[in-house]
Amino acid sequence: MGRIRQHQTQDEALLFERSSPGKIGYQLPRMDVPETDPLEALGAKLVRNDVAGFPEVSEVEVIRHFTRLSTWNYAIDLGLYPLGSCTMKYNPRLNEAVARIEGIIDAHPYQPECLAQGLLRIQRTLEMYLADITGMDAVTLQPAAGAHGELTGLLLIRAYLESRGNARRTVLIPDSAHGTNPATAAIAGYEVREITSNRRGMIDVEAMRAMVDGSVAALMVTNPNTVGIFEQDIAQVAGLLHEHGAQLYMDGANMNALVGVARPGEFGVDVMHLNLHKTFSTPHGGGGPGAGPVAVRRHLEPFLPVPRIQSTSEGLRFDSNRPSSIGRVRAFYGNFGVLVRALAYILAHGGDGLRNATVDAVLNANYVRKGLEGHFDLPYDAPSMHECIFSDALQAKHGVKTGEIAKRLIDYGFHPYTVSFPLIVRGALMIEPTETESKRELDEFVEAMQAIASEVKADRDLVRKAPVTTRTSRVDETRAARRPTVIWNDDGRN
Amino acid sequence: MRYLPKSPAERAEMLATLGLDSIEDLFASIPEPLRQGSSLAIPAGQSEYEIREYFEARARESGRGYACFLGAGAYNHYRPVVVDSIATRGEFLTAYTPYQAEISQGVLTTIFEFQTMVAQLTGMDVANASMYDGSTAVPEAGMMAVRITRRERLLVSRALHPEYRQVLDTYYQRQELPADTVAFDPETGQLDLADLEAKLAPDVAAVILQTPNFFGIVEDVREAAELAHRNGALLVVVFSEAASLGLLAPPSEADIVAGELQSFAHPPSFGGPYVGILATKQRYIRQMPGRLVGQTLDSHGRRAFCLTLATREQHIRRAKATSNICTNQALVALMATVYMALMGKRGLRELAEQNLSKAHFLASALQASGAELRFSGPFFNEFVARPTRRSANEVNELALRSNVIGGLELVRFFPELEGTLLVCATETSTREAMERYATCFRRKPDG
Repeated sequence: MGRIRQHQTQDEALLFERSSPGKIGYQLPRMDVPETDPLEALGAKLVRNDVAGFPEVSEVEVIRHFTRLSTWNYAIDLGLYPLGSCTMKYNPRLNEAVARIEGIIDAHPYQPECLAQGLLRIQRTLEMYLADITGMDAVTLQPAAGAHGELTGLLLIRAYLESRGNARRTVLIPDSAHGTNPATAAIAGYEVREITSNRRGMIDVEAMRAMVDGSVAALMVTNPNTVGIFEQDIAQVAGLLHEHGAQLYMDGANMNALVGVARPGEFGVDVMHLNLHKTFSTPHGGGGPGAGPVAVRRHLEPFLPVPRIQSTSEGLRFDSNRPSSIGRVRAFYGNFGVLVRALAYILAHGGDGLRNATVDAVLNANYVRKGLEGHFDLPYDAPSMHECIFSDALQAKHGVKTGEIAKRLIDYGFHPYTVSFPLIVRGALMIEPTETESKRELDEFVEAMQAIASEVKADRDLVRKAPVTTRTSRVDETRAARRPTVIWNDDGRN
Repeated sequence: MRYLPKSPAERAEMLATLGLDSIEDLFASIPEPLRQGSSLAIPAGQSEYEIREYFEARARESGRGYACFLGAGAYNHYRPVVVDSIATRGEFLTAYTPYQAEISQGVLTTIFEFQTMVAQLTGMDVANASMYDGSTAVPEAGMMAVRITRRERLLVSRALHPEYRQVLDTYYQRQELPADTVAFDPETGQLDLADLEAKLAPDVAAVILQTPNFFGIVEDVREAAELAHRNGALLVVVFSEAASLGLLAPPSEADIVAGELQSFAHPPSFGGPYVGILATKQRYIRQMPGRLVGQTLDSHGRRAFCLTLATREQHIRRAKATSNICTNQALVALMATVYMALMGKRGLRELAEQNLSKAHFLASALQASGAELRFSGPFFNEFVARPTRRSANEVNELALRSNVIGGLELVRFFPELEGTLLVCATETSTREAMERYATCFRRKPDG
């Protein structure tokens, strides 16, 4: 690598390929204590030679390397990122600033509680606000991400049912669910039974009635569901489950449609998780970190992970003495820095502001839907909430699939929508613009999508070989999986 | 509101396009009785200035300006400013998971570099793109070992971080899988190999040990590996102090390495977000949890990277996935990658040597002032001290008065270690602060 090419962004060698012995990018402080000889302190057997293959580069090269690489990414800061169910909204920079305040970022998880009162208050306040938003009675902030929250939620259900004599065997999951739902149920030790969605894209209450019996522990539902439709029979679904002693779990991935408008606790949900990196604006950072707080109704509270924050006459403290608790799901107290960012977001909007954000999110999704109707096939005509789902049925007739339309969208300067999900829609295009897009950005997106729909008819090969404007052309994923090379080595170069 | 980019006129225009009279019509699909009964009780939206002040006030209610000798899974290391310069770039900060490889080569390339450096550090063949943290990487490693060996029992060192052990218990008990603990030698603080040998049975899937262990003591991985392998079990090696890898022999004899990279440029941040790692041998790659980036070519034959072996993952395999993990800790992994690049081969070594020297200096200083080392095993940058002239609690109370946060009182996790402190020193511990802490171990000054 290192060859010049005719593109504004040049090729970039890997760190290992830039390395030369003796180059350094650091300087440690002068030692103010005598040196300890590692061989004497540890013995030769426990001491390593140098880290073979580790890079040696200078500071300026590090800055250039990562800055150049950064320009090869798409990001919300560059434009619309309409991934359905991912809620790629603007990540306020204030959140980054407050998470880095001294006293917050450098706080040690075991520092004495008398020196952590402000940090405990941050958590306590966030718990309270999330309880208000969800209409639930108690919140744990410990889970590190959505799937981790799901696992926590199912373990809570399991512990609760065990306390009533029987953990039960089965978890029901609609066929439109995110893959994490069945994966989580399996890890929590449950068998998964799939519920087929009805023709409106919703849970079929009648079909479900036949499936609910004493072996069912819970139903995991996303609401609005992954088709972007509010589950109108959710209260009946909850009633049916409760009649049989089962619990209703809600995947809160799509909570951006409900904040300030409807509270899951008021429509029968027993336990749910939130994705702070979706609804509450904390950055995705290329895949994480997130945070997946879990909110529960009163009857599940005794089972929440330890520690819990307790209010005493001497201030806030951590309480680990909770005999019914499922235990810990993570060391310390969760992704605290992410919690700080989410609280900053809630404070910026305020109660009414959060509702306004929800309104704009739903308005944007419906506006996009209106703009694309007729150009793309709409598999469900029920009203959309925060996202809208189309299929590639009209384009498939010309031999073009959703994945190819998505790649062509890249040439128009947008990140693709979610491709081929939910699974119940053949060739799905799942579009979630979020509230932080302007009308102009949406208009341009609709225009791009319409243009692609026309290209499919006029020149389908143009679409099928997209993207053509990127510095990296279509990437061969099959080749990567055939003989996986997941770490660099000298002779593995291309 | 400053985060909502629409004027009232634009909203009205959009509503008109949709043929709606009011914004309430947008929610017509939510049955009336299911709509929110009351508005949110959260106070009105605040300015940037007010929010900053709010968090500054919370920070003032917490410990600022203290020298800290706590480690125990969260370490104070210096963070070069370059790390944040890179990690706050919007192109990294605000990107999603790199599923669309053509416009995600930045993230993908850095993850590939991360995987490579983690493998080099741990002496493993392959590493994944990250786990939530060290504590959750442990049960994932355990479940992986169960899949590989088709056995069920785990043998877990009692000197594994107690909170990691608690997380493992939560994951494991609910699956009704058996796990036993292996004692530590009360003299050396190292894993009791005789106890391990006695407990190794044909149903043991893996032995899980940490090095340096929770007490800061370096374990002999080789011997544990031999015992485990002789019994057809795998060895899982865990670490919570990544800085030790600059100096300690890599745990190449392990089958799986699970650890925590917080030490590499992420501050303690009251417990998170951190970044877990999981590395293993090439032959187990298809049993790994989590995302993996692989090398490939683009349609012009140029090197490119993409997410690979996704058939292990929940979005493809659903209930049969190797794990339910989806979101990981990519941005923290990026910070660690930048840090490792800056420090390089020499820097990591020098860093580890400084940590070793500082901790040994502090141990001597405490011994001179009134403490004994509880364990005789070799230690890296943490050790267990038993104050001999005051109680552990008294020492720490005194220390707070001179702006020092002392070591962790171990009685919290180990009743038999009552009266001891787990004390940590890093390259950020100054001689002056260490001596200030040592003073607190002395007998009450006369007069």
